[in-house]
Amino acid sequence: MVRKVVTWVDDRLGASRFTRDVLAKVFPDHWSFLLGEIALYCFVILVLTGVFLSFFFEPSVAESVYRGEYEPLQGVVVSDAYRSVMDLSFEVRAGMVMRQIHHWAALVFLAAIVVHLVRIFFTGAYRRPREINWMIGLTLLTLAMFNGFTGYSLPDDLLSGTGLRIAYSIALSIPVIGTWMAFLVFGGEFPAEQIINRLFVIHIFIIPVLIAGLLTAHMALIWRQKHTQFPGGRRREENVVGERLWPTYAAKSMGLFFGVFGILALLGGLVQINPIWLYGPFKPAQVPSPAQPDWYMGWLEGALRLFPAWEITTFGYEIPNPFFPAVLLPGITFTLLYLWPFLEAFFTSDHKPHHLLDRPRDRPMRTALGTATLSFYFILFAAASNDLLAKWLRVPVENVVVAYQILAFALPLATGLGTYLIAKSLTKREAEPPGAAPETARTS
Amino acid sequence: MKTPAQTKGIAAAFGVSVLSSIGLAVVYVQGGQTQLEGLLLGLALGGISVGLVMWAKHLMSEGEVVEAREVVPLQTDEREEVAEAYEHGAEEIGRRTFLSKWLAGALGALGLAALFPIRSLGVGPEDSLFHTAWRPGTRLVKADGRPVRPSELPPNGVLTVFPENHTHDADSQTMVIRLPTGDQIPGPDEFSAEGLVAFSKICTHAGCPVGLYQTQTRQLFCPCHQSAFDVLEHAKPVSGPATRPLPQLPLGVDNEGFVIATSDYPEPVGPGFWDRGRG
Repeated sequence: MVRKVVTWVDDRLGASRFTRDVLAKVFPDHWSFLLGEIALYCFVILVLTGVFLSFFFEPSVAESVYRGEYEPLQGVVVSDAYRSVMDLSFEVRAGMVMRQIHHWAALVFLAAIVVHLVRIFFTGAYRRPREINWMIGLTLLTLAMFNGFTGYSLPDDLLSGTGLRIAYSIALSIPVIGTWMAFLVFGGEFPAEQIINRLFVIHIFIIPVLIAGLLTAHMALIWRQKHTQFPGGRRREENVVGERLWPTYAAKSMGLFFGVFGILALLGGLVQINPIWLYGPFKPAQVPSPAQPDWYMGWLEGALRLFPAWEITTFGYEIPNPFFPAVLLPGITFTLLYLWPFLEAFFTSDHKPHHLLDRPRDRPMRTALGTATLSFYFILFAAASNDLLAKWLRVPVENVVVAYQILAFALPLATGLGTYLIAKSLTKREAEPPGAAPETARTS
Repeated sequence: MKTPAQTKGIAAAFGVSVLSSIGLAVVYVQGGQTQLEGLLLGLALGGISVGLVMWAKHLMSEGEVVEAREVVPLQTDEREEVAEAYEHGAEEIGRRTFLSKWLAGALGALGLAALFPIRSLGVGPEDSLFHTAWRPGTRLVKADGRPVRPSELPPNGVLTVFPENHTHDADSQTMVIRLPTGDQIPGPDEFSAEGLVAFSKICTHAGCPVGLYQTQTRQLFCPCHQSAFDVLEHAKPVSGPATRPLPQLPLGVDNEGFVIATSDYPEPVGPGFWDRGRG
């Protein structure tokens, strides 16, 4: 039977050599190599659950009186978008679990991408010849963030509507073209009627297609360039040591897919997320308090909260305050990230190809820079809930802001310095061990 | 390597999955229940996951394989051929400078024409950011459309109001406040009416409604990014990222005793933008 199929296909496509190589493909194994796979499988789960949700969602802000099953909102005027998500949650069988799995999958998708990025950074996996895939990966990260934001804005609830209001204000803050951009994207002055429909098209079509295409490219490049691996054992620059795709790696990877899906199903069923019935429908003159966005937008929200009351006004024109934390900061962040492989090659004069990974401690400068940068963005992220911290500590929120402003500079310095010293002392200890065999100890 | 214990464990994992899937079907047919659906789906998927991973780990015997990697790109010879093939074609086109200029012109013009539909995406800003729906004599109404009498607000009372017939107009939303007796009424005298003052409810930082009024300090507070505005100081920002005061709406009382606006806001409301100074 197998032979018959192989013959039939090969007669027509001549694909036997390729398929043989596919099945025999070798994958190095390390727990940290699974992070990208988790992201990939989250995307698959997002598409599966998202298709289901899209059958029920109505991207319209036309209003009607809510008469659904959720008692506390009986008689409230809501948009079709909000009502359809309520009906999906409370009346469509399995609708709630699908919706919650979808939302949880989005959070884990972004988390897996970010941790994957961190892994790639600290092990130097972006070095030649993998600069292109580094940039594709960064583009996937930005697309995933955009799609997360457009997705949770769809239900037209009070929390996400407030987020859209802020997004509109950020667009307005862009010099010269800001007002036009905000009006063309939203279809008029906020809250314009078309925005939910546009977000819907962007969320379920434009960005997913881009993500699917770039994901394919991302994996094709991994395939072409083969996976990196940590040094040690028989692993060299000029080989790949691991398990064959068929059957061992395929079984493990499918096990991972089912595992990720299983955990997301448990979260989706048991842990409530984005309860729009508690937020209520969006009304422009209302605002939730406290209001925090999904976690991956936290750094931008925190930056908006920490950036001091300052803006530029010259010759009758102004660059408003939100431009600096919400446009300039992400612009600089991603520019530096995109350029990083080339910057490092320039500063270290290392232009050679690398297939063996670094251990973070062996590159103390890079590792210190990485932890310092991470700690900076962590402070921004934490600052997005400064109001909650102030309430909990019973101190004025201004004091918390000042503390975070100081930490945003002090913590990266301390973290970077500390990391550098620790990395140095670790390598030093390995270099002169009391009677141990250093080479095997450090590479296994 | 095969031990009965491992085989049994893997079979048990798959068995849990089978039972959970059956359970899932039963729960669904019974009308569905979110927590049970999540739990059973999780177990159905998790069982397959555990089974597969244990199978791969314990029962698949192949182990580590070494595969060669091409360290140096092997197609150095072909690079020249690629460059030549491209240049050959490019010369072919480039030789005809007259035609290639026309082609470039045609593509450029088409590209420009293709940009025009972007304009259809929305109305231009025009001067809509400089005005709200407030007009001289417009009554202040609550969200339900009922007009406001000055006596409705007790000392330190606040109310969100809109222009009459424009309760959906987001950028017209306004906070009316009655300060307690003894407080200096902020702003020009003609902006207050019977002890009431009104400020735009849209934060000048990022546009959130300045939804919280702290009676002790007479501050309006934005829960989004924690800007605070001192009402006694004509709503100037006292903390947080906001840089500009909330614009003040001039108030009056019409001859039926309802509170009205005596004109639109004297300046643009809400967050800043590039040519805000134009207005």
